[in-house]
Amino acid sequence: MNVHHTEVEGHAVTDTDGTNAYQSLSETTGHDDPRWAFGTGIVEEAGAEITSPVPDGVDPADLAAYCLMLGDDALVYSHRLSEWVSNAPELEEEVALANTALDLLGQARVLLARSAHLTGGDEDSLAFLRTDAQFRNVGLAELSDDLDFARAVGRMLIFSTWRLALLDRLVGSADPVIAAVAAKGVKELTYHRDYAARWTLRLGDGTDESHARMQAALDALWPYVGELFRTSDEERRLVEAGVAVDPALTREEVDAVLDQVITKATLTRPDKPAIGTIGGRSGRQGVHTEHLGHALAEMQSLARQHPGTTW
Amino acid sequence: MTVTEDRTGPELDLEAGFDRTIGADQRVEPRDWMPEAYRKTLIRQIAQHAHSEIIGMQPEGNWILRAPSLRRKAILLAKVQDEAGHGMYLYAAAETLGVDREELTEKLISSKQKYSSIFNYPTLSYADIGVIGWLVDGAAICNQVPLCRCSYGPYARAMVRICKEESFHQRQGFELLLAMVNGTDAQKAMVQESVDRWWWPSLMMFGPPDDDSPNSAQSMAWGIKRHTNDELRQRFVDMSVPQAAALGVTLPDPELVWNEDRKSHDYGEPDWAEFKAVIAGSGPANAQRVAHRRRAHENGAWVREAAQAYADKQAARAREQEVPA
Repeated sequence: MNVHHTEVEGHAVTDTDGTNAYQSLSETTGHDDPRWAFGTGIVEEAGAEITSPVPDGVDPADLAAYCLMLGDDALVYSHRLSEWVSNAPELEEEVALANTALDLLGQARVLLARSAHLTGGDEDSLAFLRTDAQFRNVGLAELSDDLDFARAVGRMLIFSTWRLALLDRLVGSADPVIAAVAAKGVKELTYHRDYAARWTLRLGDGTDESHARMQAALDALWPYVGELFRTSDEERRLVEAGVAVDPALTREEVDAVLDQVITKATLTRPDKPAIGTIGGRSGRQGVHTEHLGHALAEMQSLARQHPGTTW
Repeated sequence: MTVTEDRTGPELDLEAGFDRTIGADQRVEPRDWMPEAYRKTLIRQIAQHAHSEIIGMQPEGNWILRAPSLRRKAILLAKVQDEAGHGMYLYAAAETLGVDREELTEKLISSKQKYSSIFNYPTLSYADIGVIGWLVDGAAICNQVPLCRCSYGPYARAMVRICKEESFHQRQGFELLLAMVNGTDAQKAMVQESVDRWWWPSLMMFGPPDDDSPNSAQSMAWGIKRHTNDELRQRFVDMSVPQAAALGVTLPDPELVWNEDRKSHDYGEPDWAEFKAVIAGSGPANAQRVAHRRRAHENGAWVREAAQAYADKQAARAREQEVPA
């Protein structure tokens, strides 16, 4: 799960007279002190470097694109989860949703940094200066929950089941950075999936109202499930090199998990066709729903007002 | 409090025992006898503190989606998540006094209980995130560190944990400002403009002047409060001045000057009329903050009902299984 609590523990000021901590502010706050960086310790922990060489036989452009796919899924979905801050139905859910957003943001930062290393720029230029069409995330990541908790739960169930299946297989990726993100991410996604499954049961098998809302949420989300198993050209080439996993191969596992949870929650697996593509292209090729543009307009607004600025 | 097993004894003895505990600077625990007024004062204060953590998520949460770098986004998201956690510890501490979270939340959204007035000010630029960390969390730390020694055990213990995290948040806020004042002219101007808006409201966080603070004396006698409002405010001013110098920002008080005799800074009078107006509900964001909290709570009602219904069903199923065939 998130890393910040251990950092808090590790660097907390333990003076019983906290005023000392206050007075020593400027002396203890170095600009480049690594303690201030959140979510970047993960690659070092796993012994992999952002600057690791590209595995043999791999086109760096493909690898960069694949890191964007995995990174953008996490970044954009993290943004949507962050919309819940101060809006959740209970404080426990405030903490859990923010924690999930933080975990995914941590994954996104490493993957974007890896991509930037291969193609130029840095994590922030990729996050804040790309246009909609340059984002490679799936549609499921970019939908808004519109503060409907059933939608939040349904999306987290589907997304985390799918991403866990991917990361499980990427632990052995030939790319050391992807392998490191996957190793840490498996633990995080296991928790996210468990959280979402528990809430699916509560809502599905709770009251008549919650049952109806949970079913409606699954019905609304289901058309975005098909895209999760569509293999892009970059993925197809990287599978051969041992870097990527073919998402189509995760379908059976994902279906089995979802069926199990949906049935136990007394819900019905929706029978809805997948939303259409445009000339065969969808999120992985930079063709998105109308929702992404609004999310990015908000996310990028301040960074774009101050180009070339350090924060 | 150690010896209060004799609950059938006359109230006078209980009160004498309570007074001894307070007098000896020991902790009162939930099962100990305590005067009703002490209990009420604590409930009011802890609830107000819990509400402040929860309402405080709004002004900072206002910038999570627009944070200008991913690192700043992670820091802010983690901070706001910590505040939800602080709210949870504090509501749990209040629950040891016989009130539940739901009841307190109802009082918050019906404006029967208050929260720190500072959160009735809006966050208008990203510098506000840094200034809230530096000044608002700094003032909160000055107020809260003595509470780690508060006479009521559960509150004191919650505060130990909270103060550690607040101190971390404060340093992160200061570090953001340091980065901004070392950045572009626009960033520097943003920091100064933010300090201009937050300085006086931060001073008001210590409450009214001592000669206009009717509840202070009783709270100090009970060991709930350890220093007067003006003492804490003075300490905060004295600590903030060198910090402002380190940042190269000007504190917006022409009367702020070192007084060699007092070995402290003299400073101007906050606008107490503004303070009273904000407390009375007409600050810049009071209505917005309460409406937001009310909306979130009401939108979540069906979720909480579902969780309860599910738990009831599970319990009933477990009972059925226990019954022998």
